[in-house]
Amino acid sequence: MSMNRREVLKAGGGAAVYTALASMGFFAANPAMAAWNKAAFETKSIADTLKVLGVSGTANSADVVITSPDIAENGAVVPVGVASKIAKTEMIAVMVEKNPSMMAGMYEFGANAEADISMRVKMGQSSDVYALVKADGKFYMTKKEVKVTLGGCGG
Amino acid sequence: MASPMRIRARAEGAVADVRVLMAHEMETGQRKGSDGKVVPAWFIQEVVASHNGKQVMVAQWGPAVSKNPYLQFKVKGAKAGDKIAVTWKDNKGESRTDEAAVA
Repeated sequence: MSMNRREVLKAGGGAAVYTALASMGFFAANPAMAAWNKAAFETKSIADTLKVLGVSGTANSADVVITSPDIAENGAVVPVGVASKIAKTEMIAVMVEKNPSMMAGMYEFGANAEADISMRVKMGQSSDVYALVKADGKFYMTKKEVKVTLGGCGG
Repeated sequence: MASPMRIRARAEGAVADVRVLMAHEMETGQRKGSDGKVVPAWFIQEVVASHNGKQVMVAQWGPAVSKNPYLQFKVKGAKAGDKIAVTWKDNKGESRTDEAAVA
């Protein structure tokens, strides 16, 4: 098996091969890091994403707050913050519905992290931003519309 | 070699507020360069944060994260002088770890 891997690497050498192998779990450079969930980042709709993540149903919750501007001037840098006040929040996922790659980021928290993160994302056009929260085995979802005056995915 | 991250960690009561600025192109793989060819995707996929060597958060990122990514998160029970380390790994297998002390 390991010989095969070497040969594949030698023959391919490219980043694409590496990524393909990495997604299959061939590389465990750092065992603390979970394998990148390629499938979840390739989905085209919220429903698909939920399916890939194994979410059967979500509840709305006022305890999940998305902080972002209502109107973002520059779609290349849209500040988005998500905070969950639900007890035992294990995971927060940030999704931009109309982006070609919907899933922006998934955060898994240990016992000593607060479920409160901020990041900057690119947005191709005005869209709903979704926050999916997993807490104590249950899923909660909330959304916020962000209008973009200048898209950030062109070039 | 990738440029260092800038990490600021400040204790606010029992919680430390950590802000990280990473230096990375974050190419989506959808953009076309001046030669009309698609610029291959190149982005950070995994970010791991730890407090005094203990892992507190693992993030998986897609190409939608902005260039030179900014990340803010909060660590419970981190006091001044504690070490906060952040590691990122991109889709080309490159990685970088930086550490900062909580102020």
